[in-house]
Amino acid sequence: MLTKRIIACLDVSHGRVVKGVNFVDLKDAGDPAELAYRHAASGSDEVVLLDITATHEQRGILLDAVHRAARELFVPFTVGGGVRSLENAASLFDAGADKITINSAAVTNPELITEIAERFGSQAVVIAIDAKSRSSSPTDYEVYVTGGRKPTGRDALAWAKEVESRGAGEIMLTSMDRDGTQIGFDCPITAAMAQSVSIPVIASGGAGNAGHFVEVFTEGHADAALAASIFHYGIANVGELKQTLLAANIPVRWPC
Amino acid sequence: MITIIDYRAGNLASVQKALAHIGEQSVVTDDPHSVRKAERIVLPGVGHFAAMQRLDDLGLKSAIRDAIARGVPFLGICLGLQWLFEGSTEAPNVEGLGVFPGLCERFPSSVKSPHVGWNRLRRRHFCYLLQRVNEGAFVYYTHSYRAPLVDGAVGISTYGDTFAGAVERANVFGVQFHPEKSGDAGLQILRNFCAYNPMCQPQAVPSSEGVA
Repeated sequence: MLTKRIIACLDVSHGRVVKGVNFVDLKDAGDPAELAYRHAASGSDEVVLLDITATHEQRGILLDAVHRAARELFVPFTVGGGVRSLENAASLFDAGADKITINSAAVTNPELITEIAERFGSQAVVIAIDAKSRSSSPTDYEVYVTGGRKPTGRDALAWAKEVESRGAGEIMLTSMDRDGTQIGFDCPITAAMAQSVSIPVIASGGAGNAGHFVEVFTEGHADAALAASIFHYGIANVGELKQTLLAANIPVRWPC
Repeated sequence: MITIIDYRAGNLASVQKALAHIGEQSVVTDDPHSVRKAERIVLPGVGHFAAMQRLDDLGLKSAIRDAIARGVPFLGICLGLQWLFEGSTEAPNVEGLGVFPGLCERFPSSVKSPHVGWNRLRRRHFCYLLQRVNEGAFVYYTHSYRAPLVDGAVGISTYGDTFAGAVERANVFGVQFHPEKSGDAGLQILRNFCAYNPMCQPQAVPSSEGVA
């Protein structure tokens, strides 16, 4: 039976893993390579590294971090932040990424999804969708880009279907309403998206405790769930989380 | 020395890195002459079954056939396993290598496709490739088509129905999952493949630890 995946996310700035609330007051949380290895060793099914301050000048630092993190990582490894072209993506794959995630660039240039999928395979293309509720309807969400600063007018569910048809292999859905709150994942929009596309939907934003993961896999129908902050500073560990999920009859890779 | 075949699609860095980790040197090539002379071949594959056509265009298909016939140990990964079959409904006009009979088909519509994530691999027959790998070990898959349960299907997984996760026939091996991304179990499978010696079976395979 296919298991539900628990994905550890590392936010990286200037080559270091950082943690903060809503991207302000960033605190140093360690070296990306060391933390990636530690997450994999403790039972994370996948590791995601996002460069949250990706700029042209940062590119070299990011590639170095990816290269070092990938060296001893034998679980899937996804990298994102500032991917704007096939060349950007190729350099991340060369550095050791298995998948890349694209957000803003996919909205401004949707052909990029197809271009990367045709060259590296759909399994290597994860589209990140930052979505924010825009009405009282539980599934009426708008897509935002540029780190959640710019509304696009696009409907999140329609965009999800479009990225699937253009060759995306997975969708990473972040609920902006829940991100950083630790009050739980946004189950209604996650369920609506998971049921409207055939590719896996990774839920992100709002994880605060193990019960939230149970909810997002049952009510939210998520294929995978991602969390950053709760896995830092030992707030929660993946092993305990997986045992809670098993007790709730959710199949997970444990022991691993 | 492991020869990794590059047919200009996909990402070979992860496979190379995993081989380096277990102490195996590898070389990436798209040259049919190098493939004919190879000591051991890995064919990673992603994307569409029709990419087999590109292997053919590059002269690699016949080079692979020759190497296999010569007894060279061969490992196909993901699409590389599917190419060992006669064909696939994904590309009905493209012929596979035909080492195993039958066609690869899409997952039934009762399950979401692609099949992405960690699933259990169970032994169906005694085999070489999965030695020292725990029964039911988790391995990482990402694919939409799967190979049928032929005699050589030594490892199986279930998603919608049961399909071939690992195949083996003499010097030819294939895995539908990604051993380079399947933690310790995957690394052990790569070690097994690298230690396979067609002139001397069975033999001890190096293992560093118990494998989950």
